[in-house]
Amino acid sequence: MSQPDAIAPGAQASQTLTAVPRVGPGFRLQWEPAQSCFVLLYPEGMVKLNQSAGEIMKRCDGRRDTAAIVADLEAAFSTAGLEGDVLAFIGVAGAQRWLVWDVPT
Amino acid sequence: MSTIPALPSADAAPRPGPPLWLLAELTYRCPLHCVFCFNPLDFAKHADELGTDDWLRVLREGRELGAVQLGLSGGEPLLRDDLEVIVAEARRLGFYSNLLTSGVGLTPARARALKDAGLDHVQLSFQDSTREMNDFLSHTKTFELKGRVARIIKDQGWPMVMNVVLHRLNIDHVDRIIGMAHEFGAEYLELANTQYYSWAFLNRSQLLPTHEQLRRAEECTDRWRSQVGDRMRILFVAPDYHEGVVKKCVNGWGSTLLNVAPDGIALPCHTARMLPGMAFPSVRETSLREIWFESEGFRRYRGTGWMKEPCASCEHKERDLGGCRCQAWLLAHDAEAADPACRLSPHHGLVTAAVAQAAKTAPTEHPLVFRDAANSKRLSSPGPQSTPRACASRPPNA
Repeated sequence: MSQPDAIAPGAQASQTLTAVPRVGPGFRLQWEPAQSCFVLLYPEGMVKLNQSAGEIMKRCDGRRDTAAIVADLEAAFSTAGLEGDVLAFIGVAGAQRWLVWDVPT
Repeated sequence: MSTIPALPSADAAPRPGPPLWLLAELTYRCPLHCVFCFNPLDFAKHADELGTDDWLRVLREGRELGAVQLGLSGGEPLLRDDLEVIVAEARRLGFYSNLLTSGVGLTPARARALKDAGLDHVQLSFQDSTREMNDFLSHTKTFELKGRVARIIKDQGWPMVMNVVLHRLNIDHVDRIIGMAHEFGAEYLELANTQYYSWAFLNRSQLLPTHEQLRRAEECTDRWRSQVGDRMRILFVAPDYHEGVVKKCVNGWGSTLLNVAPDGIALPCHTARMLPGMAFPSVRETSLREIWFESEGFRRYRGTGWMKEPCASCEHKERDLGGCRCQAWLLAHDAEAADPACRLSPHHGLVTAAVAQAAKTAPTEHPLVFRDAANSKRLSSPGPQSTPRACASRPPNA
């Protein structure tokens, strides 16, 4: 009997590491001085991003892949081991359509 | 000896955050004559519209205050031939711009120009899914046009939000309404039950659905949600008349929304100009900063300090902020009363009686009053109000 649930998360994570995320259509990411945070704007709505979400989202520029985003964040904040957190956030943001990416062929 | 009145708590009217939502009602002119419109009954008296430069200044002042969402509304905003100029400035300033339109006047060329100017999103309103009902309710031949407009919106790559105002005459068509939105590729569908102000209040006995109609509509909506999942998100806005529970009106008076009417009057909500004894400032004379932070009109019902019983001691007062001031005025003739739609209001019987009465009223007993300039002038002129001009036709499927 196959165990798809056991292998799927690992496969998904490696796929996501090579994915190149960008802000989803209809959404706009911008820094709001009045609120001192990044916000994500969409039709008639707004999400206030906390600092780490903002730092991840602003690097999702459609040019670098997730692995590069992780490396850049680890360098910027002089830390290591951010991969799990970044993958988790990108998964959540993808489900919300805040981020999209093409599945690599 | 008199009792000492309770002092308002120190945080009853806290200094508000920014007006995140700036709603620019660019004009009261409209090619449609919807019977549920929330524009004021006397809209025809306020025909002196702000000019382009005024609007551009309002946008700049709003953005400086921290506004991020811009609604371009009306009336029909496409009737302003400077809409592209306004949109371009909004984009330059960093607003997320939302055009709220009936779609009348949105040609492919105009859509392209608005896209080039930086318009972020179009919300298209429909009256119903059947052409007959749609044309009847909006009093024009618009249904086929809206189908075309929906395709124009998709062609420009805008996210499409469809909005359908529900009421007794169309709520039984909700299955076809949702099917139509799905067919047009809408990402979001707002099924908004009529709120009873202005023209809708005038036509309330015709428009209030029954409890049974609502129950069926919500069941139908849930079936569609389980079918289409995330491809189309469906928001069903339940009517407060039937629920007995009220919400923070416009997220709290003077907390989030700054509405500028076509003639420049700044309002904390779309309908607040109906309230008696309130002098709302005009953007022609007063800066948005002063309006938001200092004006009596915006401070009046901010927070909870203005409340009287039963709201003042209610455990839910922070959650609903007493509901809607306009509804309190319309139904209880007291703008400081608890919203009568709340089941804890001493006036709640007025609401339950209206729902019960509507259920017994045949749809053709009272003629609908269409929102047009002639009816507006008649309804807002002094003296005995003669019978408003009504549509001679009857609801086709009622």
